[in-house]
Amino acid sequence: MASEDKFNLVVEFSGGLELLFSGRRKLTISVPIKDNEGQAVTVGWLVHYLCNEVMEDSRKNMFVLDGHVCPGILVLINDADWELEGEASYALQPNDNVLFVSTLHGG
Amino acid sequence: MAPSICAICEVVRALIIRPKNHQKLCKACFIAIFEAEIHHTITTTSLFSPGDRIAIGASGGKDSTVLASVLKTLNERHNYGLDLVLLSIDEGIKGYRDDSLETVKRNAVQYDMPLKIVGYDELYGWTMDQVVEVIGKKGNCTYCGVFRRQALDRGAKMLGINHVVTGHNADDVAETILMNLLRGDLPRLARSTSIMTGDESSEVRRSKPLKYAYEKEIVLYAHHKKLDYFTTECLYSPEAFRGSARSLIKNLERVRPSAILDLVRSGEDMARLVPEAVTGISQCKIQKVSLSSADDEDTSGCGTNGRSGGGEMADMEKKLQADEDAVGREVDVTAKTSSDNDGLHTDAVLLKLGKKTGPKTKMVKKLTRQTLGTCRVCGYMSSQEICKACTLLEGLNKNRPKMEIEIDIKDEESSIPRIKMEGVVQAGG
Repeated sequence: MASEDKFNLVVEFSGGLELLFSGRRKLTISVPIKDNEGQAVTVGWLVHYLCNEVMEDSRKNMFVLDGHVCPGILVLINDADWELEGEASYALQPNDNVLFVSTLHGG
Repeated sequence: MAPSICAICEVVRALIIRPKNHQKLCKACFIAIFEAEIHHTITTTSLFSPGDRIAIGASGGKDSTVLASVLKTLNERHNYGLDLVLLSIDEGIKGYRDDSLETVKRNAVQYDMPLKIVGYDELYGWTMDQVVEVIGKKGNCTYCGVFRRQALDRGAKMLGINHVVTGHNADDVAETILMNLLRGDLPRLARSTSIMTGDESSEVRRSKPLKYAYEKEIVLYAHHKKLDYFTTECLYSPEAFRGSARSLIKNLERVRPSAILDLVRSGEDMARLVPEAVTGISQCKIQKVSLSSADDEDTSGCGTNGRSGGGEMADMEKKLQADEDAVGREVDVTAKTSSDNDGLHTDAVLLKLGKKTGPKTKMVKKLTRQTLGTCRVCGYMSSQEICKACTLLEGLNKNRPKMEIEIDIKDEESSIPRIKMEGVVQAGG
């Protein structure tokens, strides 16, 4: 795939979620402009990509449960709650910052 | 989607949607309203008086870090006149607590507050690492939770402080209400809803200023204010969250975000209906003040945030299923006796019987009123003759693992914890 068919975005994990991603808090990833079906890639696509391709931890159901981001994990797109951005259907833009924060750890 | 504009300032782009009312807010307005609501909680419940010395139970986690930050802000903004101190408990878990204590030490500098750390080793002669060596990784949370609650009181006493605030949030309170409701534990249901436990006469009062704050908003507040907090799973209770009442709460929140505060409010309403004879609290004081928290909360969960262990829900389900089965059997028997009659008649009989056997209101009368005294061994607050911490310690010191303590609400004969010994197992076994 030619490089112009891809773009970069920054993905961050915090609130303990980084533990599921080998301790990585921030990564820059390159994603295709269109998914396999020719649709613009969405946050929903990103979640599955992270779960299937990036996550090495076997405890996948602590990140994705029944096809959705686990309850108790907040998703911020460019610092805005993804509920304001159409949640999983939000179409990713170049240089977007997507932050996953777990609310479930420690007090 | 077109960006939403803040519902308050109507200028800046909204970044937050509030779980309780779906209000869309910008960062600055969110921070302002979050602080204003905690100020409101504090003033309407007369939580503090000028000159009070307050110990903030600080774990380095999100809740206590937000609590310390907000209290400092409000104390300065509204001239509460409080003397704030950070109080941390060192459970003695290498690779976990020593890291989070580093966070608390940084917080002490950031918020310019004195910090006191008390260790399980100095208080009890056992670190959690040593407890786990004896007990094993399963069931050690009970020890940790029981020890921590008393440790906060003892730490406060060392500081000469009689009021400890903890970072329990609305999600924690909703979870506790749900668990106590499922257990049918009315005294605890009543106490768990009050913002403060203990009163002027108590050695150490406890309160939860973040009682109405959503966990989600606490995390967002910490994020947007860039607070320095520590997050890692306790090494001894990984995945404690799964299968617990907590996951039920989080699922409820996803379907209807207001459910968490609704649970808290319902819990408060139900607590008002619990007879004084059961709670030992007078009705007029119930919302504000209640009995000591010395042994209020779950003994099974991780005490950091009052979270229940994963097994609890499963146990509860088993119990509920057993109850259902029992009812089913009762009805079957009675149905047989009247099987000669026509269906209508049978229904009537069943209804009548159902009424008789249905509600377990009689249990209320059997509940023992819990009164606060002091432990015969250590002298700290307890509603039992020997406090839970001492009971557990006795077992540890005899090197007898697998000791469970149970306070049975049906056991009106004695208020001493029943001790179940599951055989003396070799250490490490």
